[in-house]
Amino acid sequence: MNKKQKKNLVRIIIASVLMIAFLFVPVSGIYRLLLFLIPYLVVGYDILIKAAKGVKNLQPFDECFLMAVATLGALAVAIIEDGDYIEAIAVMLFYQIGEWFQSYAVGKSRRNISELMDIRPDHANVETENGIEETDPDEVETGSIIVVKPGERVPIDGIVIEGQSSLNTSALTGESRPRNVSEGDEVISGCININGLLRLRTIREFEDSTVSRILELVENASSQKSKSENFISKFARVYTPAVVFSALALGVIPPLVSMLLNMDAQWGTWIYRALTFLVISCPCALVISIPLSFFAGIGGASREGVLVKGSNYLEALSKTRTVVFDKTGTLTKGVFEVTAVHPEEVNEKNLLHLAAHVERYSTHPIAASLRAAYPEEADECSIEDIQEIAGQGVRAKVNWEDVFVGNLKLMKAAGANVQECSHKHTGTVIHIAKVGEYLGHIEISDVVKPTSAQAIKTLHSSGIRNTIMLTGDSSAVADAVSEALGIDEVYSELLPEDKVRKVEELIESKASGEAVAFVGDGINDAPVLTRADIGIAMGAMGSDAAIEAADIVLMDDDPLKISKAIRISRKCLRIVNENIWFSIGVKLICLILGALGIANMWLAIFADVGVMVIAVLNAIRALFVKKL
Amino acid sequence: MKKTYKIDVDCANCANKMEVAAKKTEGVKDATVNFMTLKMTVVFEEGADPQTVMQEVLKNCKKAESDCEIFFK
Repeated sequence: MNKKQKKNLVRIIIASVLMIAFLFVPVSGIYRLLLFLIPYLVVGYDILIKAAKGVKNLQPFDECFLMAVATLGALAVAIIEDGDYIEAIAVMLFYQIGEWFQSYAVGKSRRNISELMDIRPDHANVETENGIEETDPDEVETGSIIVVKPGERVPIDGIVIEGQSSLNTSALTGESRPRNVSEGDEVISGCININGLLRLRTIREFEDSTVSRILELVENASSQKSKSENFISKFARVYTPAVVFSALALGVIPPLVSMLLNMDAQWGTWIYRALTFLVISCPCALVISIPLSFFAGIGGASREGVLVKGSNYLEALSKTRTVVFDKTGTLTKGVFEVTAVHPEEVNEKNLLHLAAHVERYSTHPIAASLRAAYPEEADECSIEDIQEIAGQGVRAKVNWEDVFVGNLKLMKAAGANVQECSHKHTGTVIHIAKVGEYLGHIEISDVVKPTSAQAIKTLHSSGIRNTIMLTGDSSAVADAVSEALGIDEVYSELLPEDKVRKVEELIESKASGEAVAFVGDGINDAPVLTRADIGIAMGAMGSDAAIEAADIVLMDDDPLKISKAIRISRKCLRIVNENIWFSIGVKLICLILGALGIANMWLAIFADVGVMVIAVLNAIRALFVKKL
Repeated sequence: MKKTYKIDVDCANCANKMEVAAKKTEGVKDATVNFMTLKMTVVFEEGADPQTVMQEVLKNCKKAESDCEIFFK
């Protein structure tokens, strides 16, 4: 509660107590009025002042004006009929209670959500000649040595030069499993160091570090308004004057008509009805609950590691019926791994052993994956005389015997008879031979991510009609991957501009009211990300260009997050629609009942404040997305 | 040029009114007010001086909604 809220709460309590106490004071006439004016003014003076200011500035149609007119009118009716002042005070009182609740709820969710997104580190421990100094992260130069103690947040991106620890990345990725790091690993800022002491060499300045980039993204989010929000602000602009004029008509025309027809004018009744109109007319339930729903939805999503750059994107995402994927790095890991070993003469382990040895010093990605497949590579064996033969492979003497690792050309040079393989290989095949003796081959390919197949399945089950994969890779590889994952359509051997064209075709052929989402990660995906209705970039630790171009950023590179994001957006939009229909519906019904004289002031208060409270509570539901 | 300012305002509808008022101000190409984050993003016309324009924006906003504040200094 801030100061203003406290003050208003005190006013509300004082006014309620006074109002109830005065009910038991036995006075009548003008003294009674004066007595009841005290709680009225205590709770409503600011409204009256604001209403007066509004009239002065020629902006009369605001809530304060409505409330001022409605309550003053109710007071006047009560004076004439010497009746019940309670109603006028109650309207003001409940209006203030509603406002107070709204401000409290909004303030609270504002705080909750900003806390969620608050990953800003406040200091960095820099190693200097005089020991460790606490410094503002902004002032740390690239290449400095910083120390991150257990429990602290990594302030700047860096490489571990000493120590090992587990990092909690959940604030960044929504992933609760800790990530283990040790010497030589890169760590990103924003993670929390759980147990060990880490010494890092910073590789970026603070403003280019992951944490700054994410904060910038989050802070600039939601300045883009959704269609629903724009609809509501336009609606509010028309609605309030419309109701005020209908109230005026309701208060004046029926009595005048009755007078002309020589009937009893019943001014009191009609003016009372007009006043209930004014109370109902306040559009606050709508104007607050819609942006609040989106804000809560975006906040909830960011807790799950899905950054949405604006509420319009959340809205568009909920309409997605077609999801287009890039292959490499999105559905697959984008890193080569050994996927098959087919030895001829030796066993699998021996084949890998030899291959890894020959590739010991090579920097080629294939060499790295061969070494990774045989972790005990650094053994006693002697490796000498290594020669890289461009376009063919590598040969080396392993334990004084020539070994050839490479493609078919190299096999020919080795004089080895390559055996045709009975398996269908979609990856790159590496052959291994000794002089005149073929030993076998190893297949290396880009493996699909473990969650990709499930991601496609959940997308289909959550109503995505079409999943499409676009890739620059060969059709054999593309078909194998898409079949394994259950993707509906696949287009292979595409250049980056072909991808844009393909997405454009899809956008043109989609039904209206639907959206096409594209998921990618690389730099060359940026044009497609921009062109698609919704661009989703994977792995915020990845390419800047992709993050810049995307509308939604998945903090880790788990494709399962896509369907999660879609479900979050759907829930949020469902709540938005519920609020729109519920608020407008209840208000319309109450307006009709009010015009017919069935609704009294109390029902009007419910239509105003009650609806607003319900809508706000409903909006906050959008924050809870964990179980989606 | 685009700049973002912190604002203070009580109700969502008031925020909408500030947005309308800011958009009408001379030197402002476009403006959006986000009630939830309490931020106003202003796109200035070319050659406009943000400081002077923002003073006008604040004046207009105060007219539309007396109980508001923009922090631009």
